[in-house]
Amino acid sequence: MIKVEFLGPIGKAPVEMEAMTLAEVAAKLKEDPELSSWLEKCAVALNDTMVNDLNTPLKAGDRISILPPVCGG
Amino acid sequence: MELYNGPLDVKEIFGRWLDEEVLSNYGAYIPFVGTIREENGIEALSFDIYEPVLKAWFETWQEKAKARGAIVKMAHAIGDVPVHTSSYVSAVFSPQRRVALELIEEFVEDFKANAPIWKYDVKHGERVYAEDRSTPMNGAGLLA
Repeated sequence: MIKVEFLGPIGKAPVEMEAMTLAEVAAKLKEDPELSSWLEKCAVALNDTMVNDLNTPLKAGDRISILPPVCGG
Repeated sequence: MELYNGPLDVKEIFGRWLDEEVLSNYGAYIPFVGTIREENGIEALSFDIYEPVLKAWFETWQEKAKARGAIVKMAHAIGDVPVHTSSYVSAVFSPQRRVALELIEEFVEDFKANAPIWKYDVKHGERVYAEDRSTPMNGAGLLA
């Protein structure tokens, strides 16, 4: 199992799922209508490191963070 | 990197940073202060921070600054920050002014675009995500 957490204003509780790659996570998250407007604007971190490749392999216990648009300062 | 609950004590932070580097032989110290402006009827701005990714982002900037003989420092507020007080300060120290002037601009601009911090307007005690002023981070849309 991997865990997906939604940061800042998304306001959604973390979900757990089985997935071997980020592409599989994407496919599962797209099924959730609550998330459809967020995904295109959100960046992704794997175990607190930013990632850019859908083929990134995942292993049990991995933690994925979904980061919506930012505005510090 | 320093994080505080509520508004920053700007004078204390800048004074302390100056003391920390007093013997480091830097010729230039350029501070930046972000202050909450009174506009659109807000009482305050409020901030959420994702600290692990912010820390990694800041460490990358420390490396970039080091490669140019400089250092960067920053402090940010978590939670509510009333108008006319400060939510963000940063600074560059470097041997010469040119590097410091360039770095402070690059650092503050990249901070705005890629530091994992979320801003909310506070009106009548309610937090509203400042979506129209927010920027998707590098790599956004990967899962879309």
